Amino acid sequence: MRIFSKRFKATVTAAAMALGLAAGFTHAADTINGAGATFPYPIYAKWAEAYKAKTGVNMNYQSIGSGGGIKQITAKTVDFGASDAPLTVEKLNEIGLMQFPMVMGGVVPVLNLEGVKPGELKLTGAVLADIYLGKITNWDDAALKQLNPGLKLPNGKITVVARADGSGTTFIFTHYLSGVSPGFKEKIGNNTSVAWPTGVSGKGNEGVASYVQRLKGSIGYVEYAYALQNKMTYAQLQNKSGQFVKPDSESFQAAAAGADWKGTPGFNLMLTDQPGAKSWPITGATFILVYKKQEKAETARQVLKFFSWAYHHGDKLAEQLDYVPMPASVVKLVEETWKKEIKDAGGKAVWTDSMVQK
Amino acid sequence: MNIAHSHISDAISGRQRLMDRFFQALTTGSAWLVLVILGGIIVSLFAGGWQALVAFGPGFLVNDDWNPVTEQFGALVPIYGTLVSSLIALLIAVPISFGIAVFLTEVAPGWMRRPIGTAVELLAAIPSIIYGMWGLFVFAPVLSNHVQPWLQAQFGDSALVGALFQGAPLGIGMLPAGIILGIMIIPFITALMRDVFLTTPKFLKESAYGVGATQWEVIWNVVLPYTRVGAVGGIFLGLGRALGETMAVTFVIGNTHRLSASLFEPGNSIASTLANEFNEAVGDMHTSALIALGLVLFMITFIVLALAKLLLLGLESRDSAKS
Amino acid sequence: MDLRYLRRRTVNIVNLTGSLLATGFGLIWLFWILWTTLSYGVAAFDWNLFHLDTPAPGATGGLANAIVGSLIMVGLATVIGTPVGILAGTYLAEYGGRSWVAGTIRFINDILLSAPSIIIGLFVYEMVVIHMGHFSALAGAIALAIIMLPVVIRTTEEMLRLVPNPLREAALALGAPRWKMISLVAYRAALSGILTGVLLAVARIAGETAPLLFTALSNQFWSTDLLQPMANLPVVIFQFAMSPYPEWHTLAWAGSLLITLSVLALSILARTLLRKARLEH
Repeated sequence: MRIFSKRFKATVTAAAMALGLAAGFTHAADTINGAGATFPYPIYAKWAEAYKAKTGVNMNYQSIGSGGGIKQITAKTVDFGASDAPLTVEKLNEIGLMQFPMVMGGVVPVLNLEGVKPGELKLTGAVLADIYLGKITNWDDAALKQLNPGLKLPNGKITVVARADGSGTTFIFTHYLSGVSPGFKEKIGNNTSVAWPTGVSGKGNEGVASYVQRLKGSIGYVEYAYALQNKMTYAQLQNKSGQFVKPDSESFQAAAAGADWKGTPGFNLMLTDQPGAKSWPITGATFILVYKKQEKAETARQVLKFFSWAYHHGDKLAEQLDYVPMPASVVKLVEETWKKEIKDAGGKAVWTDSMVQK
Repeated sequence: MNIAHSHISDAISGRQRLMDRFFQALTTGSAWLVLVILGGIIVSLFAGGWQALVAFGPGFLVNDDWNPVTEQFGALVPIYGTLVSSLIALLIAVPISFGIAVFLTEVAPGWMRRPIGTAVELLAAIPSIIYGMWGLFVFAPVLSNHVQPWLQAQFGDSALVGALFQGAPLGIGMLPAGIILGIMIIPFITALMRDVFLTTPKFLKESAYGVGATQWEVIWNVVLPYTRVGAVGGIFLGLGRALGETMAVTFVIGNTHRLSASLFEPGNSIASTLANEFNEAVGDMHTSALIALGLVLFMITFIVLALAKLLLLGLESRDSAKS
Repeated sequence: MDLRYLRRRTVNIVNLTGSLLATGFGLIWLFWILWTTLSYGVAAFDWNLFHLDTPAPGATGGLANAIVGSLIMVGLATVIGTPVGILAGTYLAEYGGRSWVAGTIRFINDILLSAPSIIIGLFVYEMVVIHMGHFSALAGAIALAIIMLPVVIRTTEEMLRLVPNPLREAALALGAPRWKMISLVAYRAALSGILTGVLLAVARIAGETAPLLFTALSNQFWSTDLLQPMANLPVVIFQFAMSPYPEWHTLAWAGSLLITLSVLALSILARTLLRKARLEH
């Protein structure tokens, strides 16, 4: 029965075979899927590359923003979520998640201003807040001139660049500004996604970096790795002790030094505006979110194995990008918590000491 | 022998009748699938957006506050952005498309028509993400360095129009979004206009030439009125495309939830708000507000299409009534 | 020569020149965009592009996983959308005729044709991704199939209508059952036109980004698993273009060039076939 021409039949058969072949490739390699914060994306991507070379496991991380990480793990469309904004204990219990800090970094103000080199411009939290509030609109404003007597600031409008998507970087940034500026706290507030009264918004740390690079006279905030990798002009900030510091691993480490992870339930800790002469005021940790009750125990183990490997072997790569790895005491604490809190469907602990990727 | 013969043919035709019915059912089912899909889309949009629609009511459409912190969502800014960028696109595309269609049907020598026509159609084949990339990397700097300062110098201080050109020349914002959209929809409108211009009966044009009309007078007074149904249809098709375009707009519109009269300022469109915020919306209200926004876009597109069809029917019946 | 005649002549020349300028205007953009894509994209055109996967920031890589992912999803969408679309178009041309049912379906088809693709992505997210529990290439393919459906339906109907009725009547007169008449006679007569519709639809979905954002997401690594997120050219281009890394920008341009060339080739092929089909009738 020649229903369709031979040519048609041949095409359909070829397509079907290709399809079958494709579907057959189903478990060519193990894949774990995660999504979330753009803040740690550079280091997660580097770790994933190295981990794949070592174990053949694909750790597929999509940087869609912290808000996205929280949403997708809640919807159970990914194996783990990532967020720079830690969830409160109530929220964690409501959804059934646990969170743990993975790596720390700094959020830095970056700018695109002719004649100003990286690290030259000095800012305070209050002035930065006023810029983002739209109160300071010109680069040669008195407040900026006062902080930078040695710099020749041009007369030009400040274009504020912020985040368009739900972002943990925004959470850290607005947490800091809300702390140092009551006006900011009242008008804008501290959240992953806020209503910015002025400026343009980019998508992801990548988008903000991209816009600041392009728009003359702009200022934005990005995670330090983005500023570093793209040789952007960053600013100094005045910290709690009154000192002006540059963002680098030293100042991030100084800020992280006093963090009390053990004493904080649910690891819900913010590291902004920490005391210390050398501390960078906008430091933060980034968190991983996983379910306490794991339906797919084997996938959970793969996820935890990856992070264990990153804890014990990823320090060098992290430092190359100026992230601050978690101190050993915290690593131990986190791995203990995995043992205690993450259970499979039958109630048995998913993680054991033998699985630690020393 | 006759009986045996009729038995055999009965058996065959019985099976054929079954196959006939089966094939008909297959095609009918496939056609109804289209109905089911559209119904499914509308239902899922309503279901997802219900929470926001109930919470904000019709005020959703006119409130310009989009604040995920206080969970206040108003669709005015994205709606405004969608409409304004599409309007700019039409203002650019309609005259240009008309000009190209005139060129292709009246002015160009015969050998030129096919290649130039194909070239214009190729504009439609370029995927929209490339328009976005080109817009951000190549076009925005040109706008920011040359075009926008010029516009500001010329019109910035004038009474009414000046308000359109305030603000820093960023190169991204409402104006570049509108321009890029305009370029994108040129091929659609052109193709339809050209096809429709070609259907004008020769005798109609020749009678006009016969009484001494110039080429332009024939186009404007004979061809265009004759083909206005199709021409209008083409414009609406282009408009529909512009309203729903995501990628070309997201790259350059600036993603800002603020209303501004100036075309130099960034804004937001419905499609680009969805693309940016959907995967990250935390909180049921934010997600619901976004889906409600999707519903609004769908409704706008639906209304535009329905209007187009009504207009076309109206014009058609008037034309046939006349003749 | 009286003034009025001169004025009419001038208006004529001005407007016709205007049409020339308009065409030039349109073509300038085309060449500018194509030239940009070509010159930036060619820089990354080497063997690496086709055999290395998408890199982490700062590393060398290519677009292999994205290319394969796009091919798989577009291929799957075509396999799903083509038969359904052709059958539906057949209904409208052969069985539906002028009935109000067919008219409604045509209207709805037009709506779907112009529906923003991002809405279709949302719909498939709610229907497939949420229920499956994760992003997947399958969801992406379904979204693309829904986008291509109206195009195929429309062209199939149009092409089948062009088949002259005497041809159909001759087949029926020879005793062929209806379904055989359609499949053996009408389809064969309209084949190049229907194929054109399919090619145009494929060209359309090859460049679609928004629906894939919510369905297939993307993947840093090579994956041909239909039930997992899969890398694809449009989303990868989007991610890379919005990033601050120059190596990623170059790859984004190369990917854009790839898509543009493929879509252009498909479109030109489709229009050549269409012209042949129309000429034959």
